[in-house]
Amino acid sequence: MTDMEIEALMLSLRIALVAVGGALPFAVLIAWVLARTHFPGRVLLDGLVHLPLVLPPVVMGYLLLVSLGTKAPVGGWLLDTFGIRLVFSWTGAALAAAIVSFPFQVRAIRLAMEAIDPGLDAAARTLGAGPIDRFCSITLPLALPGIIAGAITAFAASLGEFGAIITFVSNIPGETRTLPLAIYTAIQSPGGEAAAARLAGLAILLALAGLILSEMAARRVRSISGS
Amino acid sequence: MNLDIDIRHDLGGFRLDTAFAVDEPGITALFGPSGAGKSTIIAAIAGLITPDGGHVRLDGETLFDSAAGTNVPTQKRQIGYVFQDSRLFPHLDVRSNLLFGARRAGSRRPAIGFDALIDLLGIGHLLRRKPLHLSGGERQRVALGRAVLFAPRLLLLDEPFAALDQPRRHEIMGMLEQLRDVANIPMVHVSHALDEVTRLADHMVVLDQGKVAASDDIYAVTSRIDLFPLTGRFEAGSVLPGNVAEHDRDHHLTAVTIAGGHLWVPQIDRPVGAPVRVRVRARDVMLATALPTGLSANNVISGTIAAIRRDEGAYLDVQIACATDRLVARITHRSLARLELAEGQPVHAVIKSVTVERDGAGRSGHTGAHNQTRAAT
Repeated sequence: MTDMEIEALMLSLRIALVAVGGALPFAVLIAWVLARTHFPGRVLLDGLVHLPLVLPPVVMGYLLLVSLGTKAPVGGWLLDTFGIRLVFSWTGAALAAAIVSFPFQVRAIRLAMEAIDPGLDAAARTLGAGPIDRFCSITLPLALPGIIAGAITAFAASLGEFGAIITFVSNIPGETRTLPLAIYTAIQSPGGEAAAARLAGLAILLALAGLILSEMAARRVRSISGS
Repeated sequence: MNLDIDIRHDLGGFRLDTAFAVDEPGITALFGPSGAGKSTIIAAIAGLITPDGGHVRLDGETLFDSAAGTNVPTQKRQIGYVFQDSRLFPHLDVRSNLLFGARRAGSRRPAIGFDALIDLLGIGHLLRRKPLHLSGGERQRVALGRAVLFAPRLLLLDEPFAALDQPRRHEIMGMLEQLRDVANIPMVHVSHALDEVTRLADHMVVLDQGKVAASDDIYAVTSRIDLFPLTGRFEAGSVLPGNVAEHDRDHHLTAVTIAGGHLWVPQIDRPVGAPVRVRVRARDVMLATALPTGLSANNVISGTIAAIRRDEGAYLDVQIACATDRLVARITHRSLARLELAEGQPVHAVIKSVTVERDGAGRSGHTGAHNQTRAAT
């Protein structure tokens, strides 16, 4: 494997990790809102969260570009105020990956939370536990299998994201050229077949490792949560 | 304990409109058929539901008042709750479940310590287990312990024994009696099982389709013949307070003094003077106009007819005043006519069978005597 290929692998892992880790708290919060509360705008929020699932990733990337580009209102403000530039940087790639994989996280966590007996929450109330206390001591631990499953699915989706990333942050070696982009580049260049094959094999290994890891985690959590 | 309740709530099919007050410690039973609104009432006491209107006051503190807009959140009410389905936290072991409320009780301390409690409940060997690996009876004992360790001002029990088999039920009822005496926690116990109520309760609230049909001490409520359609036609009978008078060990019998005389019952393992509670079912009482002789029954109590309640069908209920006790006899219309029974007439009640509640003297009005006799033995 060449340095460039290892670089692509490490970059992919870093972007996926930041994307999932950064989105996780928001995913837990929104999953809880969707699972346990009722307010008029709930359907709208539900639709908005799931939009990246049905939207072509290229459209997602385009929307990010027109809103977060350096000349765009939000992007310009971020650059002027905090000196943050998301376009053409790996952080931008992480943001794109986070948004595209967000529905996977929310969906898994929400299902896990909806499966928790609401009676347990009532029991905790009769034992003196306030809302935040109940969320931390009952809801979160019981939803942990769903949180882990959601995180792993989202991690895999982030690793494989292509359209949104290439549209928003382009294909810059060492900065935004993740594994799928590197495979695409190798196929496009003459004599790159061997590199493409190696990278594709790597992607398959990563996917298998992710599956095994998620199964192990699910088993361990099941034994802890006693369900 | 002082509990003052006035709850109006729409339950879809019918309207709950319940008001009662209890001003004594011990166990209050909310008794009534399924769907009478019992569970809704204690859910409102705990704040798990918000009634459409009314108020809930405990020891002078207003927990809910629709007019004043007061609604103290459940977690601030300091009221324990044992659910029918135990609701143990599945991800915590028994010890952590038990300590969940204790860790959130603030400065309150339960009247019984952790070790003494798990000893009383017999759950010491389960502490490291997850709820999934407990039997139904074990789960309810842990749930009871969890609520007690929260050191609540009031403990609500929502048919906690309903899902258990008979031996398990009696076992936990015994533990509840000990807890009542040791930890001194006032309780409100929802039940549709008359044997639970007559054994445990000091005060009894009878509910009928969302309304309070009666609210009084257990002895008064169980001897009211107008309530018999609600307190169980077949099982209905009066509960009487008494004391162990003497033991006849040769014949394995014990005499229990009640206000109107004494009853011989199968030997009970309590010292002379100990308070006991006996239950005499109406169908186990015969009436005689003259003192009968040549009977196999040991127990004849004399009194006067206080009330007669005619019923449809073959039977009617006769309430007999025997000193301060009220006995009830279920006899046929034909017997009434044949003996020409009428209110005010002296009669002799022949009692065929007596149920002795193991340790059910209760506290209402007998606390002093209870303690004295205990101290004397």
